[in-house]
Amino acid sequence: MKRSTAVRVVGPLQWIVYPALAVVAATIILGMPVQLFGLHLPEPVIPMVLAFCWPLIRPSMIAPAVLFGLGVFLDLFWEGPLGLWSLALMSVYCTVLFARNLIAGHEGLIRFAWYAACTLGAFLMAYLIVAMRSGNPPAILSLVLQVLPTLLLYPAVDWLLERFDDSDTRFR
Amino acid sequence: MAGTVPPIPNPLCGRSPVAFRDGPFENLKVPLAWTAAVVAVVAIIGAVLLLISDRRTADAESSYSTLRGGFETVVGPVSNVLAAPVHWFGDASSFIGGYFFAVSENRRLKAEIADLRSWRDEAIALKNVNGRYEAMLGLRSEPAVAMVAGRAISDARGPFNRAKLLDVGSSKGVRVGNPVLNEDGLVGRISGVTGGVSRMIMLTDVASRLPVLIDRTDARAVMTGDGSGNPRLEFVRGTGSVQPGDRILSSGDGGGLPRGIPIGVAAKGVDGSWRVKLFSDRGAIDYVRVLLFQDFGQLINPDALNAAPLAGLTTAPEPNAAQAAAIADAAARRRAAAEAQAARAAAAANAPAPTPAPATPAASTPTPRPVARPAQPSAAAPAPTTPAPAQPDPAPAGAP
Repeated sequence: MKRSTAVRVVGPLQWIVYPALAVVAATIILGMPVQLFGLHLPEPVIPMVLAFCWPLIRPSMIAPAVLFGLGVFLDLFWEGPLGLWSLALMSVYCTVLFARNLIAGHEGLIRFAWYAACTLGAFLMAYLIVAMRSGNPPAILSLVLQVLPTLLLYPAVDWLLERFDDSDTRFR
Repeated sequence: MAGTVPPIPNPLCGRSPVAFRDGPFENLKVPLAWTAAVVAVVAIIGAVLLLISDRRTADAESSYSTLRGGFETVVGPVSNVLAAPVHWFGDASSFIGGYFFAVSENRRLKAEIADLRSWRDEAIALKNVNGRYEAMLGLRSEPAVAMVAGRAISDARGPFNRAKLLDVGSSKGVRVGNPVLNEDGLVGRISGVTGGVSRMIMLTDVASRLPVLIDRTDARAVMTGDGSGNPRLEFVRGTGSVQPGDRILSSGDGGGLPRGIPIGVAAKGVDGSWRVKLFSDRGAIDYVRVLLFQDFGQLINPDALNAAPLAGLTTAPEPNAAQAAAIADAAARRRAAAEAQAARAAAAANAPAPTPAPATPAASTPTPRPVARPAQPSAAAPAPTTPAPAQPDPAPAGAP
């Protein structure tokens, strides 16, 4: 007698579309011109979380396309040069995709080290591109003030990987 | 086993037929990592092409201004709705703060008013003297430029971009290049505009360059943003022309901005370079004014500039009654004199030809050379009142 088993299916809507929409909403909210106690709201590059998590969760054709769109959204929303953040995010995606076998299975400090390395590499690339385009290197202090909040998003990386990695039983 | 029917072999291929509705690609093994890598590489190529093709004009307007304008038209209302509760919260907190700190605020304001009263009197006197000097020297003073008030609805504060989205657009006359001020000083310039929203690039953006002057020495410099809160002063002319605390104003060089807009004060940076502490950082940059200034050509009347050199003579004021009477009297006198002259000329022409007489030419009036004339001069060519005598040339005394 064949016993029916419950197959849990996690489609692209759950692990790609909803997180992407949440990232867009969070970016718009943090982009409000608000000062609390004389300080501005932080402005992290929130899609960096998805660029690191999506290739680890599962290789997909939809994820890099959506990630490219998120990069274009950042460039339009922040009035940056078009393609800047698309290139930076896609470089992180490609790096993690090719190093997937090395990163998979690690947790804690090792995974954070990979995330920090990818984030710093993406920011270094963006810094060099902007410095070459404008002939004027941006200030290091303001760069640090954007890198730090982006690194502090690591709990979101951890939560996404725990939530969606190995969650679809069809891919076991 | 009873009840089971073996599959009927296909005589054509020897295998059981598979209908398309059964999903013939169900078991197709697609290398997911490779297809994802292909899409990622294509996206990287697209991003590089976008970076190469996105150029900015001198007014910091992007070559994809249409795309950016469409995006901002969509995002503007969304950000406006999201920012509304924040503004309400800010207004409520300032109201509560004003209620609790009313007494100390009142004392501070009274002291400030007492201090400003003497400055107001001095400013009025200086304005009067300055106006007289301008009138005496014939200086062209700059007229007031119209302004539009707006509100910032989103903000980019990263190291690579410093920009704000404003809720005023071309429907209110805002154009690319217009300077933007808050109550303390210059904030930035408009870099993109649509019907209802516009994008302002701030003075601290890495792409921002602004010609400035140092108020104390009138020295010129270029203020360059670098993504930090304090832009750099570059190309400072002269030695010792900048000191800490010097006021920095817009110079108006190049015609992109009016002259004299307050920007900030000079300060030495930790890297040894001159930097500007912006006046606009004294408070939140939420409500701003867009100066509808385009260039210096806006400040003058183009018709007056293109008019003929003596066209200004036609702009004399209308004469009063006495002047008009005097002018009419002088004109009547001139007209009567001209008529009398014409009547004498006609009478002389109708008179009989004079008999030649030994004339004594006047020494003071030279006589023309004698020419052969007809006996009866015609009326079309009136002869002189004294007919020419037939005599030799009256050579002046002493002539050879």
